[in-house]
Amino acid sequence: MIETRQLTKRYGDFTAVDAISFKVEPGQVLGFLGPNGAGKSTTMKMVAGFLAPTSGGATVAGFDIERQPLEAKRVLGYLPEGAPSYGEMTVREFIDFIADVRGLSGERRFQRIDDSVARLHLERVLEQPIDTLSKGFKRRVGLAGAILHDPKVLILDEPTDGLDPNQKQEVRTLINSMARDKTIIISTHLLEEVHAVCTRAIIIAGGRVLADATPSELEARSRYHQAVSLTANDLQQAKEALAKVADIAAIEIDPQDNRITAFPKPGRSIFVAVGDALKAQNVAVRELELEAGRLDEVFRTITQGAAGKEART
Amino acid sequence: MSGTMTIFRRELRSYFSTPVAYVFIVIFLLLSGAFTFYLGNFYERGQADLQAFFTFHPWLYLFLVPAVSMRLWAEERKTGTIELLLTLPITMWQAVFGKFLAAWAFIAIALALTFPIWLTVNYLGSPDNGVIFASYLGSLLMAGAFLAIGSCLSASTRNQVVAFILTVVICFLLLLAGYPLVLDAIRAIAGQGVADAISGLSFLTHFASISKGVIDLRDLVYFVLMIGVWLYATAVVIDMKKAA
Repeated sequence: MIETRQLTKRYGDFTAVDAISFKVEPGQVLGFLGPNGAGKSTTMKMVAGFLAPTSGGATVAGFDIERQPLEAKRVLGYLPEGAPSYGEMTVREFIDFIADVRGLSGERRFQRIDDSVARLHLERVLEQPIDTLSKGFKRRVGLAGAILHDPKVLILDEPTDGLDPNQKQEVRTLINSMARDKTIIISTHLLEEVHAVCTRAIIIAGGRVLADATPSELEARSRYHQAVSLTANDLQQAKEALAKVADIAAIEIDPQDNRITAFPKPGRSIFVAVGDALKAQNVAVRELELEAGRLDEVFRTITQGAAGKEART
Repeated sequence: MSGTMTIFRRELRSYFSTPVAYVFIVIFLLLSGAFTFYLGNFYERGQADLQAFFTFHPWLYLFLVPAVSMRLWAEERKTGTIELLLTLPITMWQAVFGKFLAAWAFIAIALALTFPIWLTVNYLGSPDNGVIFASYLGSLLMAGAFLAIGSCLSASTRNQVVAFILTVVICFLLLLAGYPLVLDAIRAIAGQGVADAISGLSFLTHFASISKGVIDLRDLVYFVLMIGVWLYATAVVIDMKKAA
């Protein structure tokens, strides 16, 4: 479990993190979203015990990160931003070093090293110096180090940054497979990642929490939520058909591909009605989609709209 | 304790997995040899001792030890590994001490590799090996003090060149404080008491007295204190950066 209380970090006059409080329970994967410089990494650094907060505090599995740092760090696996590791060491030496520091020994040591190496597919590069590895491999070495002691709590700062799409998918699968009994925080600026791995998302900007909700709740805030998009062979005919649906509040047409999006009046559902109207008018439709909501649009609205004023939930 | 040893082993190994270690050792051996034979007139003195060898150690260390110590923390800060290191379950002390010990052990290895000169002098005559042993000990302690200063200054910056220059300057002042020319000038201006106090702070004074073969507790305490204080300062600097 991770809990922060009014966690604050100031650099002179600049407030990087402004009284952030949240609580993550085992089994939850919390996604930290926010523009660059929003305070995501600073928050994670404080929870991991690398930076001391100006005020407020954080506990990891019940241990206060400032008063019981060793206990907290023992149950914590942390991947810093950029996945730093000692470049002159080989992958095996690096993993052995982490195992030594973590006090892994005997059968469990072999078991944990084998497991981490296998999960991140590092078998082929074990004897290579880390400096000679590609960016993707370096990140996976860092991840292997973070999960080596099978920590109860994981904090991963941009775990998929610099990976190719296949590797991204593998890391997401890895996170999902560990999610059941662990408390996990990841930061990302990839919105599709929130869908793929997070059970909950916190959007921060300017050091403040602007939204704290599940991914689908966030989507529900989108103006595209419950909207219907379609591409018709005859644009004019489709527009006429849609005009007959009473619950449509507005219609937008994408000038590039002539895709029509119909927005419902608040609280109404129009999907069935749109389908019926199109059929009644014999409009040929190439595709028809009920939109769940667009996270990128929600993200933009929240982070830009709240530049000045607060928009807490 | 095991945390310190883990850090120590990693650090020491990392010296030898880059060319830095070999370049350092070769240059150390070449320079110490050159100083001994050309500047120290090892043969011309006609004495079976290693004074010509040890006299130049403070000046040799002045440039070579900061070259070792500059990377101790500055490099970790630059590459970001400091974030990894300080979020592992070890105390700040274990990290500071483990790194220092590794650097010290590395210099001890370089120093030990000067053994041919000890063999040479034993072949040529019959020197007082007790004095030679004391001098080696003094030299190693002095290197430790240089290193501890370098550790602190390396912790205060992410730039290795800055760390190097600052360390050289501070070590140079601490050496000068024991140099007769400087001490005479101070004595003339401020009197004997001040001159004694200043010379008591200098590496040179304490190293010279150990290399006479007299292992005085005060000299040992001086170097141990010097190392302790600067390592403590290292931890304070890192802590300050953490809260900054």
